[in-house]
Amino acid sequence: MATVHTRAKVDEIGDAAVGGGGAPVTTLKSTAFRAEREPAWRRLEALITRAETGGLASLDARELLRLPILYRAVLSSLSVARAISLDRNLLTYLESLSSRAYFLVYGGRSNALSAIGRFLAVTLPAAVRAARWYIALSALCMVLGALVGYVLTIGNLDWFYTFVSEGSAQGRTPTADTETLRRPLFSDGRGLSERLTAFASFLFTHNARIGIMAFALGFALGAPTVLLLFFNGLTLGAFAALYTSRGLGTELWGWLLIHGVTELTAIVLCGAAGLMLGRAVIFPGEYTRLQNLARAGRRAGVIVIGAVLMFFVAALLEGFGRQLILQTDQRFLVAGVTAVLWGLYFVRSGRGAS
Amino acid sequence: MTGPETTMQAARPIGSGSPLARWIETPEGVVLPIELGPRGERAVAFILDFLIVIGIIVALYLLLIIVILGGAFSGIGWLFALVMLASFFIRSFYFAFFELRWQGTTPGKRAMGLRVIDRAGGPLTPQAVLARNLMREVEVFLPLTVLLSGTFSGEVWQTLATIGWLAVFMFMPLLNRDGLRVGDMVAGTWVVAAPKGALLRDLAQDEVPADAEAPTPAYYSFTTKQLDAYGIYELQTLEGVLRDRRPNADEVRAEVARRIRAKIEMPEADPADPDNERFLRDFYTAMRARLEHRMLLGVRRRDKHDRR
Repeated sequence: MATVHTRAKVDEIGDAAVGGGGAPVTTLKSTAFRAEREPAWRRLEALITRAETGGLASLDARELLRLPILYRAVLSSLSVARAISLDRNLLTYLESLSSRAYFLVYGGRSNALSAIGRFLAVTLPAAVRAARWYIALSALCMVLGALVGYVLTIGNLDWFYTFVSEGSAQGRTPTADTETLRRPLFSDGRGLSERLTAFASFLFTHNARIGIMAFALGFALGAPTVLLLFFNGLTLGAFAALYTSRGLGTELWGWLLIHGVTELTAIVLCGAAGLMLGRAVIFPGEYTRLQNLARAGRRAGVIVIGAVLMFFVAALLEGFGRQLILQTDQRFLVAGVTAVLWGLYFVRSGRGAS
Repeated sequence: MTGPETTMQAARPIGSGSPLARWIETPEGVVLPIELGPRGERAVAFILDFLIVIGIIVALYLLLIIVILGGAFSGIGWLFALVMLASFFIRSFYFAFFELRWQGTTPGKRAMGLRVIDRAGGPLTPQAVLARNLMREVEVFLPLTVLLSGTFSGEVWQTLATIGWLAVFMFMPLLNRDGLRVGDMVAGTWVVAAPKGALLRDLAQDEVPADAEAPTPAYYSFTTKQLDAYGIYELQTLEGVLRDRRPNADEVRAEVARRIRAKIEMPEADPADPDNERFLRDFYTAMRARLEHRMLLGVRRRDKHDRR
């Protein structure tokens, strides 16, 4: 047995063939397999290497069409190799090639413009419709806050100081005279136009961030979101009470709602998104908490993007519309029109598209 | 995320013990191994991207200051508003923009060889990209604002609670096995290292000189009993030894050859010239032929302890 040139029964072994000199020349199935498929792998590898450095844009139309075909071919090669080959380098190579191709093929849409179009026309309104109960709850939190703020403040104006920070009051407190309260409502901002544009940008960034926070904090079981919405409502109610007590209620609402319809809706949407996250964590259902958070997070993220766009519109209305339109009834008209437009958009758009 | 253990472990018994190794299943139903991006590299990638964002914003404001000092332009308010808006968009959408355009990478990630993918193996959707990047607002920018502005009014416990709260978000990647940050959890994504792997020569096939008529035949041959001394694990370890190009590789091969000869009871023909490389190559080829043949018949012999 322990001789050097044992004449082994090599024919038993795979595709081993007996060479002319008596010693076997072996061509394994896996070797033959590799020889046949290797050119396709190399072609895919060249394509991927180019796309990885220059982006998908560096491939022409024909190559883009070939990419998924070659990708599936290499996946099939990998499956075969796992079944017939024990060459670890080959397996590792095929796995890494498959992964790289997978990243490119499933790495997200490269056409940003059509993605955005579809997002606005279909994805966003559908996500909002699907979240209607969260939106109702979120709106309820804010309305409750506003009612509490209003009722308490109208009963005793001292509550105003509790609900409204000095920063956001800007001198509009119960001690101010009615004219001081009235003036900002109808300031046309002439001469200040430059500062106002900057102000609009500031508000946009500020409110958009509040919205994003209401969403992101929902991760913590939704509690911070509820509080944020409620406090926002309190401030609103306190202001309304102060102005109503001076007989300026209608004027205040006109001043507020011209952009507020858009802005408050956006805050409510962000709050709804936060509540979705909170619920996903508290009641994971048939999924793990993490899986469920991911599922809810993607739907909620859509809504938040929509809300950020709404904040943008709101800032435009606030920065320009409100300074140009000084009649309260006209302001109500604008508020009504925006309410109808947003309502139609969210209820009707993209219906019927899968 | 556990893969189908039996097939996968058999397919790759070596090197899959890394704490960062994971499996994903592609929509085509093929299971691929991936490696999570190490936390340190992810941090560096983020810092790179962050510096780019800060750099652009600072440049914008410098430009604004130059314009103001130049005094040639009257609409300063508009310009200021524009710069603020631009800063907001750049800060909020820099990451999302690149991850959408560059298939889940940003300049920083590309530099570190990292990439965002869907945790379930599906396509990376625009929604997921947007959700994971909006979360940065809370994970990074909010804590930064709080820390930089230093506005800790109120009680000490409030301050501590705030810091603790923010720390949970900031250090989430350290608190779970997959290194997920909160944005990844919400979006259902994770960050993986870009795979590398070059296709080397097939060891079972000799290099054929251009002028040769036929491949060199195997010099050594082995009995079935000798080949059955080892399993797949040993075969692939031997592959590693044969591919070894380090300076002391020859010594390693001599030692491995000595042990195999002892195990299969097959002494050198000529102890003065043991021809280790030839012996190991022939043994590898014959053993691979034997094991692959048995694999086709449904027997995966994992290692020498596997009595099949």
